[in-house]
Amino acid sequence: MAERSVGRQWRLPLVVLFAAFLLVSPPFLSAYWVGLLTQVVILGILAMSLDLLIGYTGLPSLGHAGFFGVAAYGVGILSTTYHAGFWTSVAGGLAIGTGLAALFGLIVSHVRDVYFLMITMALGMVLWGLSFRWIPVTGGDNGISGIPRLETLVGLPAAGPIPFYYVALFVFALCMGLMTLLVKSPFGLTLQGIREHEPRMRSLGFNTWLHGYLSYVCAGAFASVAGIMWAYYNGFVSPTYLDLTASSELFLMVTLGGPATLVGPVIGAGAIVILKNVMSAYTARWLLILGIVYIVTILWAPQGLWNLGQRRRA
Amino acid sequence: MVYFVTQTLNGLFSAALLFLIASGLTLAFGVMRIVNIAHGSFYMLGVYVAYTVATRTSSLLAGTLVAVIIVGAVGFLMQRLFLRRFASQPLAQMMMTMGFALVFRDAALMIWGGDPFTLTTPGWLAGSMEIGAIVFPWYRLFVIAVAALVGVGLWIINERTLIGARVRATVDDPEIAAATGINVARLSGGVFAVGAALAAFGGVMGGPILGGYAGMDFELLPLAFVVVIIGGMGSLKGALIGAIVVGMIDNFGKALVPELSYFTLFAPMVLVLALKPTGLYGRA
Repeated sequence: MAERSVGRQWRLPLVVLFAAFLLVSPPFLSAYWVGLLTQVVILGILAMSLDLLIGYTGLPSLGHAGFFGVAAYGVGILSTTYHAGFWTSVAGGLAIGTGLAALFGLIVSHVRDVYFLMITMALGMVLWGLSFRWIPVTGGDNGISGIPRLETLVGLPAAGPIPFYYVALFVFALCMGLMTLLVKSPFGLTLQGIREHEPRMRSLGFNTWLHGYLSYVCAGAFASVAGIMWAYYNGFVSPTYLDLTASSELFLMVTLGGPATLVGPVIGAGAIVILKNVMSAYTARWLLILGIVYIVTILWAPQGLWNLGQRRRA
Repeated sequence: MVYFVTQTLNGLFSAALLFLIASGLTLAFGVMRIVNIAHGSFYMLGVYVAYTVATRTSSLLAGTLVAVIIVGAVGFLMQRLFLRRFASQPLAQMMMTMGFALVFRDAALMIWGGDPFTLTTPGWLAGSMEIGAIVFPWYRLFVIAVAALVGVGLWIINERTLIGARVRATVDDPEIAAATGINVARLSGGVFAVGAALAAFGGVMGGPILGGYAGMDFELLPLAFVVVIIGGMGSLKGALIGAIVVGMIDNFGKALVPELSYFTLFAPMVLVLALKPTGLYGRA
């Protein structure tokens, strides 16, 4: 689309700068900041996965943290209750998260817009309720702790904050590459066509239901990857991973960063993670701040940071 | 049998509260296409404001009135100052209400603290009705009756008055309604304020039993959404049926399988969506 002109020339240098920073900086940072960067890249995967839905397909999901949380619970339950190994837990987490997305997709893929919003939110809360109340399996409010730390991975040492960060960064780069391929592929272009005008795509002969459904499942799969990483990063899982506040933080990451850009949501994730941790040193009123950021974003930067300085899409 | 009757009455009590809360949500949705995440916050603010007033004046009636008026005004201002500029941008409106929901949630924690409380049941409604082996609190029956009255009132307004006709016209098609001379902007503000006030009223009515506690807003919200999803967005009749379905299922679910209490809502929602994606009485 030709409307993107102003500010575009800054994008590539900025991306290179961010990438170089993510790659080079950790050895020079304190463990605290390496931890924050690890959070940024993991939640960056999650935010990008939601961007597939919100930005590219035009399906605003308010329950997306559910897949993230369920995959994390999958890892937690497999690796503690069943003492499964690393790869089994990862495969299990991925399978349960993606499987759930495939199941929920059947329910939500017939509806669009605000209906989609409401139903995904209700489904997300169903998952939250399950994690909160199904105490024998999920540990209820206490969650599941004692997920074994990652010691080695494919023969390389992965213990400690910096090696784990690079593992996370590798997974992040892999996911970002895959998602970029996805949105640039004919499949991804069809999704954007559906976002712009679904009836027209349908009359051109595209199976728009199937495209919407598959994009939902893909987004669920990438969210599961993020959930698995998050479970290993924290060593525990709890219902807060998939409550409405989590889903709305996630939604804000995408909107604040700039939907339909993939890079934007990562920046949004970075902004939210850093803001949250920096502000927690001064105040316990994080939700208040989050709410205000929400309102300010909608009022003054509804296109997101990454799209600032570019003309609005009609 | 006694167990069954008692649980059914409890389910009706939940349904009564859900109807009060969801009717405002569904009307706001119908008129403005707003997915109001802050609706649970109105419910929460209602209980908290009523609690503050009722403890000062020792009158639940005064607390109810003040809560309904204040929360209604908050809803009106929110619509007028923030939501109106995003008319016909459902996503921006939703995010705006999300921002407000987070602000309200934290503000309530800041002002009232996190300690749970319950409102005092008025003296004349204390005690229980006893028919044979069935014992049921008068207050719960009172709430069911009040919700029924509100329901009848809303129905009369919606079906038999000029304002109701305008609301229905706007639900059907806001643009054509505006073209026929209906002031959709003003109507929207009114409907949103009434919806907020009804949610607050529901909160106060539930207050002596469910009370107020941190996190009540987001706990209720999915229930209200499921009511609207099942009943169909924008339909009062749908809200009534949805409230009864959700109230019953939630109540029996909690009594029979407490671990899966939220999960029990999943089945009716999926069933309705599979058969009729717009809900029982929703329009496409």
